[in-house]
Amino acid sequence: MKEKLRSLWQKLFGDSVRAFGVVSLVFLASMAIAPAKNFFSEWRHYQHGYLSVIRNRSDANTLRRHFQGGIQQIWLPDLGVVDRCTSCHVGLKEPTLTDVAQQPYRKHPVIPHNLDQFGCTICHRGQGAATTLAEAHSSTLAWEQPILPAKFVESSCGQCHRGPLQGTPQLNLGRNLLSRSGCVHCHAVKLPDGSTVKATDDPPSLSHIADKTTREWIYAWLKDPQAYAVTSTMPNFKLGDADARDISAFLIANSTPVPGDNVTLPAKASSDPIAGASLYGESFCASCHAVQNAAGNVVGGDVGPELTRIGSKVKPEWLQAWVQNPRVYDPPTGMPHYRFSDSQVATLTGFLLAKTDSDLLANVHLDAATPEQIAHGKRLVSDYGCGSCHEIAEVKKPENFAPELSRIGSKPITQLIFLQGMQHTLPDYIAGKIKQPRAFAPGLKMPQYTLTPTQIDALTTALLSLNDRSYSLPPSLAVAAPPESDYQPAGKAGKLMTDLACFSCHRINGHGGDMAPDLTWEGSSVQREWLVQFFKNPGTLRPALIRRMPKFNLTDGEVSELTDYIMTVYQSPSVDRDSMPLSGYSQGEIELGKQLFYGKYSCQGCHIVDTKTDKGYIGPTLTQVGSRLTAAWIYQWMKNPQALRPGTIEPNRAMSDEDAQALTAFLISQKGGGKQEAAKK
Amino acid sequence: MNCFASGVLILSVAALAASCSRKPDSTALKPTAFGASIVESSGGKQFGQAGTPLPQPVVVQVNDEPGAAVTGALVEFAAAPGVTFDPVSALTDSSGQATTNVSLGGMAGRYQIAASTLDKTHKKVELKIEEIALGYQQTLGRRLNEQYCDRCHNAESTAERVSNYDNLEVKPHPFTEGETLDKLSDADLTAIITYGGPALNKSALMPAWGNTLKKTDVQALIAYIRAVSDPPSRSASAVFAKD
Repeated sequence: MKEKLRSLWQKLFGDSVRAFGVVSLVFLASMAIAPAKNFFSEWRHYQHGYLSVIRNRSDANTLRRHFQGGIQQIWLPDLGVVDRCTSCHVGLKEPTLTDVAQQPYRKHPVIPHNLDQFGCTICHRGQGAATTLAEAHSSTLAWEQPILPAKFVESSCGQCHRGPLQGTPQLNLGRNLLSRSGCVHCHAVKLPDGSTVKATDDPPSLSHIADKTTREWIYAWLKDPQAYAVTSTMPNFKLGDADARDISAFLIANSTPVPGDNVTLPAKASSDPIAGASLYGESFCASCHAVQNAAGNVVGGDVGPELTRIGSKVKPEWLQAWVQNPRVYDPPTGMPHYRFSDSQVATLTGFLLAKTDSDLLANVHLDAATPEQIAHGKRLVSDYGCGSCHEIAEVKKPENFAPELSRIGSKPITQLIFLQGMQHTLPDYIAGKIKQPRAFAPGLKMPQYTLTPTQIDALTTALLSLNDRSYSLPPSLAVAAPPESDYQPAGKAGKLMTDLACFSCHRINGHGGDMAPDLTWEGSSVQREWLVQFFKNPGTLRPALIRRMPKFNLTDGEVSELTDYIMTVYQSPSVDRDSMPLSGYSQGEIELGKQLFYGKYSCQGCHIVDTKTDKGYIGPTLTQVGSRLTAAWIYQWMKNPQALRPGTIEPNRAMSDEDAQALTAFLISQKGGGKQEAAKK
Repeated sequence: MNCFASGVLILSVAALAASCSRKPDSTALKPTAFGASIVESSGGKQFGQAGTPLPQPVVVQVNDEPGAAVTGALVEFAAAPGVTFDPVSALTDSSGQATTNVSLGGMAGRYQIAASTLDKTHKKVELKIEEIALGYQQTLGRRLNEQYCDRCHNAESTAERVSNYDNLEVKPHPFTEGETLDKLSDADLTAIITYGGPALNKSALMPAWGNTLKKTDVQALIAYIRAVSDPPSRSASAVFAKD
């Protein structure tokens, strides 16, 4: 054997000339084979595939003309993009290839950006410079950023767009949840522009909780908040019996009374369920508060807490004081001060206290708390960071209680610990962490949230948008969020508006809720006398609406205070209230307006002027619009509704001055007289 | 020799481990009954954003030959790659129904879902259900539809939104009405939306939206209308079915 090898070696490399010849031959052979690697490359395979896909199409000639072989690339030095994805995704820009199911040949869906300006990886992640499928799409040793799953792709919009976008419902929802679910109470989230994400929920103060509820209820609540209210946003801390016992002991012992937040009324809490239900309905409590019905459906608004089992929670005297004036116990509450009479307070309180659940506290039996238990409870409260969300006397709000999430969307996978069976990708990690935070290691403090799969995906999307790229992209690309307004009305009327919590539903100068109309230009829009009457007895303008303005039982003085303020301060610079008269239009003009209303513009599709013939249910009823709105407002509204109220769904019809004038004349003549006369008869 | 033996040992242990880890999936569900047919109860023809879960679960029912519900039949769900089911297979409950939550794939288009069960002769009985995944533009169109169009063009009321359909003298066409809307070209639809019904000699109750909506908004609405049309429009997007 050895002999043979030696002789072979001698034959090939026996002397230097022979060795040189052999090495040269081997070298030449490998030089000849090398291009084959290129010939068999993956992208070439896909390009061949593309040509065979388009071969039998009717537009084959056009497509073939557009086709360019070889490695393609989008190079954008400013954005740090070198994307060769178009080498395989050949048909990405071909408008006719929308019906191709076979990838990678389908046209890119329509988006507001040009592929040549942004490339691919800014939105989809992955390795742009790679020319094989595995390297481009997956994590490799040299590149750990794989393709972003399609369901999270909206996160990439959030790298530049800091505010809500029409086309990104999931990102909008996720960002909303991030501020609303309390995440940012514990986790700091800084944005590239230097601002921080602020919490929009308002967890109650626990400093006076003994006035409001019992230790037994706190215990049951801590053990399982969703057992009390399915819509509760309080997470479950999975406390043991002893821990829940000690925390409830501490909270009760630590609570100090607020003067005036417990009242005993002369009238006893009434138990008239019919009067109670009707007052609950009339006061439109359901606009903000939900109740779970027998079928298990939660019906009502989500502005205030769910009231399904409120009777098992609150102390009757506290509830009476709260219904009478919620601002005594919680000055900044979003609940309006309704100015109920004593008997109304008794009726409503009685109605609410009847909403009980005997199962809730049935198995809660707590002995008197010992000082050790109270001390232990206090320690637990600071361990679990209760003070991050709730104000608690004697407990400081902890700082940096949980890891900062400002760049969580770029967290290296090597720094993550995954659950068994979990895919090793960042989106899966984030979603898993939100879904079951305690599963990742023993002793973790993050509580269990009750979120739907859709909400978890949305939150994951929002968190993935907080990444390194949002910092490294040129600042000129950033689209700022609409500025937040902390507008507060001034003076006596301002105090009154705070007391009535107008901003819980109405928006003024960019501040406030979106349940009710924007009142920024209300002073230009309505007539003074109508506003006075509306405050005294708020009727509905839109018959199809469920949520309506409640009656606050205001005094005449309060009504004129509010009316004066609104009429003076909330005026639009583009509508001069006194520039057009409220009456005295010619019959011809009115008649022309009527024809336009029913003919050319067919307004009766959405509005009602004549209750006998018109049925439109979308816009406000206009039978009395001449007594409600100013003529100048109607005229300007006809010309361009969105200029007066951005986002209103009334279409802009680009009316001529004459048409707008005639319609104004017709509408301002609708004083609601016919109805009043009918009522008199 | 020693090396070789230990290699074989390691390989066989690995193979055993792999087969063990897969076992629970296949043995977890064993049908206790067999049906003759499978029908859809609810959850077909839904629209969802591509890559996201559909709003409602898909529910199918297994019946026997006389048409009575069968309890304990095994239903398996399958679709093109990218579609996920939770669960992938289920036994029918006491009312003969099996429920699964579906997430559609990342590409916009129509997805065919196959729900199958075995009959007494162990032959596969299959039901095809179609679901629609909306892309970026179509999702935008859906949002615009909900804001501006739906209250007249959709005859169904919800608790939050009362339909105006019945109040209109000339009835608007629901956007799923493929027979009618498919006959209108994109240019026709653009004209109606932009200039109102009279642009095509139709009712003036359809107002002109051209000054309110941007051109891209109108395009998005048309993309949405084409995506949800039933039967599918000529310009419908790709269909993704099981191979």
